[in-house]
Amino acid sequence: MSSDVIEGRTAASADALAAEPVKRLGLRAYLVCFRGIVWREVLRFLHQRERFLSALVRPLVWLFIFAAGFRQVLGVSIIPPYESYVLYEVFVTPGLVGMIQLFNAMQSSLSMVYDRETGAMRTLLVSPFPRSFLLSSKLVGGVAVSILQVYVFLAIAYFWEIEPPRIGYLTVLPALILSGLMLGSLALFMSSVIRQLENFAGVMNFVIFPMFFASSALYPLWRIRESSPLLYEICRLNPFTHAVELIRFALYGQVDWTSLAIVVGCTVLFLGAAIFAYNPSKGLIARRGGPGGG
Amino acid sequence: MSQSASAAVAAGEASSAALRVSGVSHKFGEKTALDDVSLEVPRGTFTVLLGLNGAGKSTLFALITRLYDNVTGEIRILGHDVRRAPTLALQRLGVVFQSRTLDTDLSLAQNLSYHAALHGIPAGEARRRCREALETVALADRANERVRALSGGQARRVEIARSLLHRPNLLLLDEPTVGLDIGSREGVLGIVRSLVATRGLGVLWATHLIDEIAPDDRIVLLHKGRVLYTGDVPGMLAASGAKDLRVAFRIMTGTASEAEAA
Repeated sequence: MSSDVIEGRTAASADALAAEPVKRLGLRAYLVCFRGIVWREVLRFLHQRERFLSALVRPLVWLFIFAAGFRQVLGVSIIPPYESYVLYEVFVTPGLVGMIQLFNAMQSSLSMVYDRETGAMRTLLVSPFPRSFLLSSKLVGGVAVSILQVYVFLAIAYFWEIEPPRIGYLTVLPALILSGLMLGSLALFMSSVIRQLENFAGVMNFVIFPMFFASSALYPLWRIRESSPLLYEICRLNPFTHAVELIRFALYGQVDWTSLAIVVGCTVLFLGAAIFAYNPSKGLIARRGGPGGG
Repeated sequence: MSQSASAAVAAGEASSAALRVSGVSHKFGEKTALDDVSLEVPRGTFTVLLGLNGAGKSTLFALITRLYDNVTGEIRILGHDVRRAPTLALQRLGVVFQSRTLDTDLSLAQNLSYHAALHGIPAGEARRRCREALETVALADRANERVRALSGGQARRVEIARSLLHRPNLLLLDEPTVGLDIGSREGVLGIVRSLVATRGLGVLWATHLIDEIAPDDRIVLLHKGRVLYTGDVPGMLAASGAKDLRVAFRIMTGTASEAEAA
């Protein structure tokens, strides 16, 4: 509109009035922003002791109590990646690692819905960086927190005689990053679609429980097939199953290629959907109306 | 960006208002939230966006901050179209949202450096700016305390400090004094007014409280999604034929003013 008029103006008058010269956001600025967002997630987590504690107690209760009781009922035969008969605790550990990441993702999704209403999400979104970059950075922050939790859990589990090969602790890291990204982007998408969340119970009932129980986290899939072929098919379609299998194999230094492909595919799909949903012109927030619920 | 291009941008900014909204309408489904809204915030002015709850103030803020895009009309911050050049526009914009947006478990300094990072300001520079910004709002000595320990008014001042870190030209404040006692309200108002005077910021201050308006402020009266009046205080009195702003507000909007309660 006014761009034709301004060309004729002198630079001197511009200097006098512009408070800050126009700056391009270079690669360094992107790194600063990325690090800032991830660091905030980690700091927030470390400062919320109760959250740290409950994130840790949940899988440990499963491991110490549920698994101890269950091992008498369920024998696990030799299936890859295990090379011998394993105790039920050993089998269930990757599933519990998946559970930590699932809970963490859903909790951060919940906090984002809450953030959107209180305005912390809007503070993030008025940053001049592209929105897809901001959301991805936030996602990575959540994944970093979940990986912290997983390693503390694995360290405690080690003393409970869950001792995967040393190298497993290293090879599981990329698997954790991928599964964390997949679950996190699913949660990110959910946070844009869910308008209001009164409490965690809704997410528990409709997302966490179905995803967790209809998966290979608690029992091997061949066992499920014996009892219900339909449930078996559902479990195979559940992306969480593949996140767990990816973690299970990686913990023993192996790659489950099918699961890897599915986890990567789902991540791309969910993240794409989330970025679309947060897009200011096409997104779901605009259609659902109301600025942050108000 | 080349040298000449950036000079052109700077020159463009020099000739533009801090904020210019022209012909913006917005609907949520069938409900019209904003109906052909136009307004301008010149630099170095304190402009009050006056309206009752539900007048459309928050929707307008959501559009200016690009939570979602305006479908009709145009919003320009320092000449930059918010929809077409969001990066440049958002670099010029500082916001204080109505709801509290600080992390209460983190310190003031941590909150501010997070925000600096969101604008790509490197750590060393960020530390310097945080100190300056906290000095501006007289909270420099509490930088390492947790936000939880602050009063409502102090937290608001931190949010103002935060909104200044990237040195914006336009400052939006959405009902920033809600829930504050009289002393804190005056403190917050005083800080923002002095920013207008000393730094030449353009400020858009949304409120429903008539007694926050000073005699030389500019007023944009928003009611049920429409702008009923833009101009200065004497103009509003003259247009409505009233003696004080409260009555003027009531005549213009045709309501028993909620603002009277304040």
